[in-house]
Amino acid sequence: MTTTKAFQKVYTRITQITKATCSLNASGVGNDELALINGKLAQVVKITGEEITLQVFGGTEGIPTDAEVVFLGKSPSLKVGEQLVGRFFNAYGEPIDGGSIPEGKEVELGGPSVNPVRRKQPSELIATGIAGIDLNNTLVSGQKIPFFADPDQPYNQVMASVALRAETDKIILGGMGLTNDDYLYFKNVFSNAGALDRIVSFVNTAENPAVERLLIPDMALTAAEYFAVEKNEKVLVLLTDMSAYADALAIVSNRMDQIPSKDSMPGSLYSDLAKIYEKAVQFPEGGSITIIAVTTLSGGDITHSVPDNTGYITEGQLYLRKDTDTGKVIIDPFRSLSRLKQLVIGKKTREDHPQLMNAAVRLYSDASNAKTKMENGFDLTDYDERTLRFARDYVTKILSIDVNLNTTQMLDVTWKLLSDNFTPEEVSIKKELIDKYWNK
Amino acid sequence: MNTKGKVKGVVSNLVIVEVETPVSQNEICFISSDGDRLMAEVIKVIGNDVYVQVFESTRGLKVGASVEFVGYMLEVLLGPGLLSKNFDGLQNDLDKMTGVFLKRGEYTYPLDEDKLWDFEPLAKVGDKVIAGAWLGEVDENHQPHKIMLPFKMKGEYLVKEIAPKGKYNINHIIAVVEDESGETHNITMVQKWPVKVPIMAHKEKPRPFKLLETGVRTIDITNPIVEGGTGFIPGPFGTGKTVLQHAISKQAEADIVIMAACGERANEVVEIFSDFPKLIDPHTGRKLMERTIIVANTSNMPVAAREASVYTAMTIAEYYRAMGLKVLLMADSTSRWAQALREQSNRLEELPGPDAFPMDLSAIISNFYGRAGYVILNNDATASITFIGTVSPTGGNLKEPVTENTKKVARCFFALEQERADRKRYPAVNPFDSYSKYLEYPEFKEYISNVISDDWIEKVNEIKTRLQRGKEIAEQINILGDDGVPVDYHITFWKSELIDYVILQQDAYDKVDAVTPIERQKYMLDLVVALCRKKYEFNDFVEVMDYFKKLINILRQMNYSDFKSDSFNNYQQQIDIL
Repeated sequence: MTTTKAFQKVYTRITQITKATCSLNASGVGNDELALINGKLAQVVKITGEEITLQVFGGTEGIPTDAEVVFLGKSPSLKVGEQLVGRFFNAYGEPIDGGSIPEGKEVELGGPSVNPVRRKQPSELIATGIAGIDLNNTLVSGQKIPFFADPDQPYNQVMASVALRAETDKIILGGMGLTNDDYLYFKNVFSNAGALDRIVSFVNTAENPAVERLLIPDMALTAAEYFAVEKNEKVLVLLTDMSAYADALAIVSNRMDQIPSKDSMPGSLYSDLAKIYEKAVQFPEGGSITIIAVTTLSGGDITHSVPDNTGYITEGQLYLRKDTDTGKVIIDPFRSLSRLKQLVIGKKTREDHPQLMNAAVRLYSDASNAKTKMENGFDLTDYDERTLRFARDYVTKILSIDVNLNTTQMLDVTWKLLSDNFTPEEVSIKKELIDKYWNK
Repeated sequence: MNTKGKVKGVVSNLVIVEVETPVSQNEICFISSDGDRLMAEVIKVIGNDVYVQVFESTRGLKVGASVEFVGYMLEVLLGPGLLSKNFDGLQNDLDKMTGVFLKRGEYTYPLDEDKLWDFEPLAKVGDKVIAGAWLGEVDENHQPHKIMLPFKMKGEYLVKEIAPKGKYNINHIIAVVEDESGETHNITMVQKWPVKVPIMAHKEKPRPFKLLETGVRTIDITNPIVEGGTGFIPGPFGTGKTVLQHAISKQAEADIVIMAACGERANEVVEIFSDFPKLIDPHTGRKLMERTIIVANTSNMPVAAREASVYTAMTIAEYYRAMGLKVLLMADSTSRWAQALREQSNRLEELPGPDAFPMDLSAIISNFYGRAGYVILNNDATASITFIGTVSPTGGNLKEPVTENTKKVARCFFALEQERADRKRYPAVNPFDSYSKYLEYPEFKEYISNVISDDWIEKVNEIKTRLQRGKEIAEQINILGDDGVPVDYHITFWKSELIDYVILQQDAYDKVDAVTPIERQKYMLDLVVALCRKKYEFNDFVEVMDYFKKLINILRQMNYSDFKSDSFNNYQQQIDIL
């Protein structure tokens, strides 16, 4: 995508350079158009009369005022095709795995949105074997959901297990500001599992320029759209970490002297994030794009603009948390949520799923009350003791992310834990279900 | 001759156009770009520079592109055939757009020009009529759709001709009227109206007072909304705004329901698209979709169209209200709409107000809510627009500008709470923070005692007091321990839990429990109040807990059973024995 054509007009007078942008006078340039500045890729972000402002993806370090600027007459694009599979690319879609440059149909990034009336209602369950997802916050194809996690939590490991266990046709990884170690981790896990034949990766590591990160989600989703639309495949897109993407947005808007909105983020943050997440879709012909993203938090703060806006765009969120009693990493059953789970639980899974899941979470919440009571030095009732016992089992036998069960097993184990610790009256589940499944 | 201009600058969807001749604020223009015509609206003028917000992607747009101004503001087309339609924020009929992806610059006609409607004249030759007068009527999905003298027509007109009963399409001339200067005007079934200007086709706007039944107990019983009332649902994400809003729109006793999705998650919009056609209106037994209009702007559709969508929806609501109908308008979410305003204000480099929202945010919100209401039309018929908006406060903070400004104008406040949601107590409407100002209206009280019962409001206040008392005791138990408070305290606490579990909590996914008609609500309220008023004797708090858990379990099973069915009556007997 970085080739120039003959007879293109070359500009050599840059009038302004900031840390992320360059400006010059030029004519006939379109909004969003790409340019090369001394070989560095840049994109038009503002046109005021003759003055064109470009964001320079690789950073403006070393760019002289007499740099050669060539406009490419097109916006960012990716060559899509089967040849992408099993490969690792950078933010420009160039191979970083030493392989050859893939050929294919050139598609503009960030294409139009799907007509909402042409979308199909998501209805297929994507099983991951992780109860915090499958049982409590069931993932549905066409859904978009982030992990909200502090940087010290093992979100990339969880994402990798989800990728390997999920029954999908393609996995597209979009890595933004990944540490080199995490990049190699994904590479090893995917290669060792022999899963490369269904994985495409676009990676920008922490040592790459920050502004390049802006291209990664669009690259990943353009590839995803190819497989989902042209091949009717079930595609899972993993984006990590979207907070790094948002930071890159803030850098560019700051360099353009835009008035910052909340938390120094650009005023358009919501629209910018929505454009990415709304690519999640169930197409009528069977293909789908499901997005699991990571939003890193600072000290668990979800009121910050990035997680806050994300929460209002995505269909739920998964919180990773370490259970202090057992030391196990779990997906927090209280704050996590899958908004689409209603579409599959009790329908694609067993009828008892919705009520049983709610009952277990309610009892787990009773256990945390009992724990507070205990910590405050009060006597515990017999019921309190039983909820605490239940909670320990619930975490170790079901919730812990290192447990791998199918959904029916998860339900059976939960019924067993309920019957071991409670009476049917205490669990507040519809009588028909109790009659059928209790003590099973 | 309309003004023409040339593009001078582009920053995202804000475009600067240079013009030589006059333009007006909010005028619509079309920008030519690569063969596409992009629709845009004037939002600021400085000298010859006109700032327009483009309703589409501006990718590839170049300096020098030609712009054509049209001479009118953003308008909607009003006429029979709006019901059951899925529109975008600019009133394009989404179903008429072919292809899976939206094409830039594609606009579709919102109505059906070929369909024939059964027209029945209501006015006679010789009648004197004013704007909004009912000239005739067609049957639109079993609703009497009035064909009115267009709202734009000022002064009094004489009906010269009126079409006889028959089948006509929307463009057929159904009446000829003469103005005061003797000039005649042809009237069809279609008219246009600018979305940002309220339709004033009524003579009076009295205080609303009739209960609008929603079937949601925590609303109808504890925080009722009325026909023509305003309410809003704020809540951090994940507390159930959408589920509650959908429940209200599916169940409320309205003639017309309009749902405006401004920047909503596309899959939630799809849920409406796929659910509503299947659902049956609990009040009429007909398809829910027949009385529904959806205005959908998903969050990835351009921001300016998102801003327009609530106005488009409100204008359509006002049109149906002028026909004497009961309209319910739901907007999800007004925060995203406010965010669209913020984004635009940011692009215009305006000095930001609180939280970077535009300075006039409070005026914009109050003007919008002000368009709802209960009205008496010029012909003395009554009609209403009940408006419920959801608000997504940043970080769940109810002190943020959109929530605060909405609180000033909306009369019902359904506060969704994280803690209740975490404990899966749905709908997670906090019983203490939420309120309905209509409970204070004497006209509402009178209405309730006439249609439900004399002691309804008294009982509602009683359960609220009990909930409050229960909450205080729960706090004491937390500090002093179960044994640190008398057994009586436990009884009071468990009575409040009884109210919470049986009245406030409701399973939106259960076929029976999802909607509770007012008669059944009365039965359950009476039952719960009677149980709360009973004197109980227990030896210790464990006995209290065991007893009430059993009681709550039975009452919850009752909520899951058909009203007065065998199993329902059986549970009633179990309570009597207990």
